[in-house]
Amino acid sequence: MPLLEVKDLQVRVEEREILHGLSLTVNKGEVHAIMGPNGSGKSTLSHVIAGKPGYEVTGGQILFKGEDLLEMEPDERAAKGVFLAFQYPVEIPGVATMTFLRTALNAQRKARGESEYSTPNFLKKVREVAASLNIPQDMLRRGINVGFSGGEKKRNEVLQMALFEPSLCILDEMDSGLDIDALRVAADGVNALRSPDRAMVVITHYQRLLNYIVPDVVHVMSKGRVVKSGNKDLALELEASGYAQFEEA
Amino acid sequence: MDVALVKPATERATRELFAAARDRLPGSGPVSEARQAAFDDFARRGLPYRRIEEWKYTDLRTLLREIAPLAAAPDQAALASAAKAVTAYVAGDAYKLVLVDGVFAPQLSDQTPETGVEVRALRDILENNDVAARADLLTTTAASDTMISLNTAMATDGIVIDVAENAKLTRPLHIVHIATQSSTAAFTRSLLRLANGAQATLVESFVAAEGAAAYQAHDSVVLWIGDDAGLQHVRLVEDARDAANISTAIVTVGAKATFNSLNLTSGAAVSRYQGFIKFSGEGSHADVNGVNLLNGRQHGDTTLVLDHAVPHCSSNEVFRAVLDDQAHSVFQGKIIVRPDAQKTDGRMMTRALLLSDGAEADNKPELEIFADDVSCGHGATIGALDESLLFYLRARGLSEKEAQALLIQAFVGEAIESVADDGLRDVVIGAAERWLAARG
Repeated sequence: MPLLEVKDLQVRVEEREILHGLSLTVNKGEVHAIMGPNGSGKSTLSHVIAGKPGYEVTGGQILFKGEDLLEMEPDERAAKGVFLAFQYPVEIPGVATMTFLRTALNAQRKARGESEYSTPNFLKKVREVAASLNIPQDMLRRGINVGFSGGEKKRNEVLQMALFEPSLCILDEMDSGLDIDALRVAADGVNALRSPDRAMVVITHYQRLLNYIVPDVVHVMSKGRVVKSGNKDLALELEASGYAQFEEA
Repeated sequence: MDVALVKPATERATRELFAAARDRLPGSGPVSEARQAAFDDFARRGLPYRRIEEWKYTDLRTLLREIAPLAAAPDQAALASAAKAVTAYVAGDAYKLVLVDGVFAPQLSDQTPETGVEVRALRDILENNDVAARADLLTTTAASDTMISLNTAMATDGIVIDVAENAKLTRPLHIVHIATQSSTAAFTRSLLRLANGAQATLVESFVAAEGAAAYQAHDSVVLWIGDDAGLQHVRLVEDARDAANISTAIVTVGAKATFNSLNLTSGAAVSRYQGFIKFSGEGSHADVNGVNLLNGRQHGDTTLVLDHAVPHCSSNEVFRAVLDDQAHSVFQGKIIVRPDAQKTDGRMMTRALLLSDGAEADNKPELEIFADDVSCGHGATIGALDESLLFYLRARGLSEKEAQALLIQAFVGEAIESVADDGLRDVVIGAAERWLAARG
């Protein structure tokens, strides 16, 4: 059974159809890249998979491990193993990052019927993961993403990914706003999480990110559909020729 | 117009209330006269209502309708049920002072205070001490307000605390008001005097023993903060959901002194907390913060008057309201800067978070500035929870209620964080968490 199956997905936002019958199949262990011009519906797809309100699904299906994802609340999806790394992680003053991480991890474990982490075990785990991502301890005491640079915010997303151990990671424009050094650190963190049990969907406008996170499959999206799929060479081809050839489609 | 024609029935009922209570009100001679004068003032004006500007959003004639009869002195059963409430609500190492149905309960209170602290029951002072000298315990009220007058007339008991010069208390003083009876009223008056250079923490809690319903708690507290002294003041109003709580704090802040205050209201169907804070010495600072956590049909009113009577003082007010269902929160903040009070710095910021379409928040800031070299500002916002923040938290596995709870805690955190002591702040957060847990 595929990990994720998107079948003929049609999505509207405020009466305007954004996805016009999109299909995508992702298996365990695979890394897929979704590329496409602005407005092609890449972020909409990531939001609909994660369950963001404001989107109306008018047709099609999303199956995750064979279950109907669209029937689930966003928190149920997270507990089942769906993780969206946000393009623009929000700042939440007044909620300490550490408190948030513990609340979220234990909420997911509870939803899966697993025992909650004890505080010492939790702290140990967070410290290990944070150290591997060069995230200083004082960042964890601050409000969520408050005063974080663009790179720190993305590293914080990777930290959560490492902590929650999801089976499907969707990285929405992870490279936006990052310089090359920050991109490398974040990409190294993501690569460390590649595993035969986990799949990743990397959404990006630019090929650059795919030099660091090398995909197994590349899809090109245009006007709310996948118009072409291929191996990693497709990304290089796109870099050379641009998206214009697909705009006509 | 003959006032008696307008409200004859209520005035008669009120007079009967006072007549019925008289034998139980301690003090004779000047104390008794002070009570009568205060009562006459109340009876003449009646319960405040919407045409009294200070009470415009909290019309007690509609919300309270009448003053309930005086609660009976607590019997053994009442004390036993109060003891359970003490265990449930009082945490930490505080020095407990318990008032049950408006009467000091020494058997539920701690016995030996720290060195430098003198604690007495108001009733004992009024009954046994030099009565002439003690009449001022009931009459030293810097503010004129009908509900203070009623409190002066009816106060049965309270706690009188004196902290000696330069005494630095290590344990908070915790006055616990417990109602055990239903459909009755308790009236209390407490006083705290900090001599010059003293430091203390005062916590006041208002709670119900199991089964107590539809009661009224009428309290006032008079706080004197000496020169170079500092008071941390925390009030937690967690009364029964159908109760009423009408409370006043009258605070005088000396020179180079600090007053740090937080009121959190999560209980009572109808509540009003009015704080009258006056700077009487230069170089002082006051933080006066408040949090209203209300749902159902609760009505909570916080009304503050910061009186900058002298130069070189600063005040900062941070108020947060979280409102669900048909709850109604009122914040009125007045900053007065007297003609001589140059170099005053007065700030006021109030924010309300509405969790439902039916909730209502009224904010009334007022600045009365008579000096020309001052810096004063106020701001107010009203809004809903940010959907993008909620989604972020839910995408990480938090349920809708959990995500809301975290954001609500963050929202009120700015008002609560002024409580510097970790243990005391945890007590306040505990009260907020009880409200969040009760939301389900």
